[in-house]
Amino acid sequence: MSGNVLILGATSAIARGTATAFAARGDNLYLASRDLEELKRIAADLQIRYGVKVAYSLFDAAATDTHTAFFAGVLNEVQELTGVVVAFGLLGGQQAAREFGLAEKIIASNFTGAVSILSICANYFEPLKRGFIIGITSVAGDRGRQSNYVYGAAKGAFSLYLQGLRNRLFASGVRVITIKPGFVDTAMTFGLPGLFLVASPQTIGKQIVKTLSKAADIVYLPGFWRYIMLIIKHIPEPIFKRLKM
Amino acid sequence: MPTLTKPISGWGRYPVETCTLERPERYADLKPASDSLIARGQGRSYGDASLNENGGVILTERLDRMLALDVKQGILHAEAGVTLAEILPVIVKQGWFLPVTPGTKFVSLGGCIASDVHGKNHHHVGGFGDHVLSIELIMADGSQKKCSASENAELFWATVGGMGLTGIIGEVTLKLIPIQTAQMMVRNQTAKNLGHLFELLQDPAQDDRYSVAWIDCLATGDELGRGVAMFAHHAASAEYTAADPLQSKPKRSRVLPFDFPAWVLNSFSIGLFNNLYYKKESSKKAPFLCDYDSYFYPLDTIGHWNRMYGKRGFVQYQCVIPEGTALAGITALLNELSASRRPSFLAVLKRFGAEGKGLLSFPQPGFTLALDLPIRDKGLFSLLDKLDHIVLQHRGRVYLAKDARLSAESFKTMYPRYSTWQKIKQSIDPANRFSSSLARRLNIEGAK
Repeated sequence: MSGNVLILGATSAIARGTATAFAARGDNLYLASRDLEELKRIAADLQIRYGVKVAYSLFDAAATDTHTAFFAGVLNEVQELTGVVVAFGLLGGQQAAREFGLAEKIIASNFTGAVSILSICANYFEPLKRGFIIGITSVAGDRGRQSNYVYGAAKGAFSLYLQGLRNRLFASGVRVITIKPGFVDTAMTFGLPGLFLVASPQTIGKQIVKTLSKAADIVYLPGFWRYIMLIIKHIPEPIFKRLKM
Repeated sequence: MPTLTKPISGWGRYPVETCTLERPERYADLKPASDSLIARGQGRSYGDASLNENGGVILTERLDRMLALDVKQGILHAEAGVTLAEILPVIVKQGWFLPVTPGTKFVSLGGCIASDVHGKNHHHVGGFGDHVLSIELIMADGSQKKCSASENAELFWATVGGMGLTGIIGEVTLKLIPIQTAQMMVRNQTAKNLGHLFELLQDPAQDDRYSVAWIDCLATGDELGRGVAMFAHHAASAEYTAADPLQSKPKRSRVLPFDFPAWVLNSFSIGLFNNLYYKKESSKKAPFLCDYDSYFYPLDTIGHWNRMYGKRGFVQYQCVIPEGTALAGITALLNELSASRRPSFLAVLKRFGAEGKGLLSFPQPGFTLALDLPIRDKGLFSLLDKLDHIVLQHRGRVYLAKDARLSAESFKTMYPRYSTWQKIKQSIDPANRFSSSLARRLNIEGAK
């Protein structure tokens, strides 16, 4: 089953968990993010542990004008891709709600950047009539909450984009999977109050790779988040707007 | 960097102290951010070595990448947060093994160096630090310094066994040892009492690459110190002729899901276990093959085995008594223990070789005894003070990685090289930025 998987935003804990799960089943990897020093370390580690080939290079989601050249570079290195994982994202802070400059950065990374690179990937996979695109969004995109609605809006937009892309690529046999992680034990959540049933990034990574052998299109991880979000989405707005969330 | 303030403890679950945790995920973020901090790998030291009450604790568990493995020379370069459990499957299949391993594989490389851990082969190869080719130490000012036995050697030997107090160990280069198979060839010898056990462990005709003895702590009188000596070496390919001799199956592990009530471990249940164990092990007359996991890490297959000792936790008391006075000293310790009617579930005796260069390293030539003692009441601590007294009388020392209650005075007598260590510490970290609850309790850094 060995293929070549491109992981974008490869230095986050969830991305590393996912890369590990792909490497463990024998896939070669191409890792990309803004942090070359970290990529080098993660690539060496996966190579040593699993004996797979791991290439890496710089990728900045917000620098959309570099995406075409970046993707050509990836293909030059691996010849053929079997799938792509979009794992990058920027949580930003609470301040983003009040400063447009920060909000713009969040949108540029989580939404605009994702649309830019995935347009290129979709155009690559469509004529091949195979491949997969996994987009990691967030449960925060299911309903706007005062604590992180800029991030939520960007992720929500990304979820919608993936939905449309899935519809378009269905005819070509290209899988598009939307992953919505709940609380995962990462640098993003470390020390945050009010977390419960936090999943490890390794577990989430394994589950992400497992979705490829299932039929699901939109996957909450861990699975019980589907029900938590079902409840949250159905709270009537007149009540929801009064909640401190 | 986000922080999390919460009560934590070491493996013995005593003491429990509130610390402010940070957990960097990028190597560049592994640097001292607060005024008082200690690095913590897997938190497998037993007492307060990885605690820093009301101060910072920097978790290295996410900085666990292996950076290079030279399969020809047997050299591993990795971040210090990686555990032996993660390293082993990678190196064993290439025909390499750890030069020294403690009794659990769930420890980080950094922890192995900071405690200068020893294995069942100390009498032949020394401690863990003796096999470290170099480390990258992150200093109090945030700079990185490469240290080895030839480069910044003073700092290197202050860090080997230095309980994390010289800086954060970021990267490690380790020399591995070659193996032909993933199996161990083990031979058991029963000993009717402590004197007999000592003879077995000292007899060159019996000796093997690894040796260790289990003691039945409940045996008294003529049988005091009865036990089983276990000798082993990595099986050669002639001894284990499997198609793929380096293959090892992962062990199924079980987890103790809850704290045992305090009454579960008592003289009766421990006595029963000891009798069964003694009979079982002494029934193995002929040498037998055993996979490396079962040989080196028998307790690792039970996750959270520390819960066996109940909520109040336990103390592991490990000391070493020099060769000349070892038999007398360990006899006195076992007598004191049996008079106290506090049975130890686990009692392990090992032989140590030459003292290493680590200024605060534990091993010295002689015999080391390790005891697991549940904390039922404060009376345990006065027993342990009595044990300290016996150890001091016999010119021995207590292992800091397992300690939770030694006094500063005893520490100074037991570790005479501490003053040299303090001079180095003061020159590289005069503000004691790297500190821990253990360091303050024992006044390792020297009072200001």
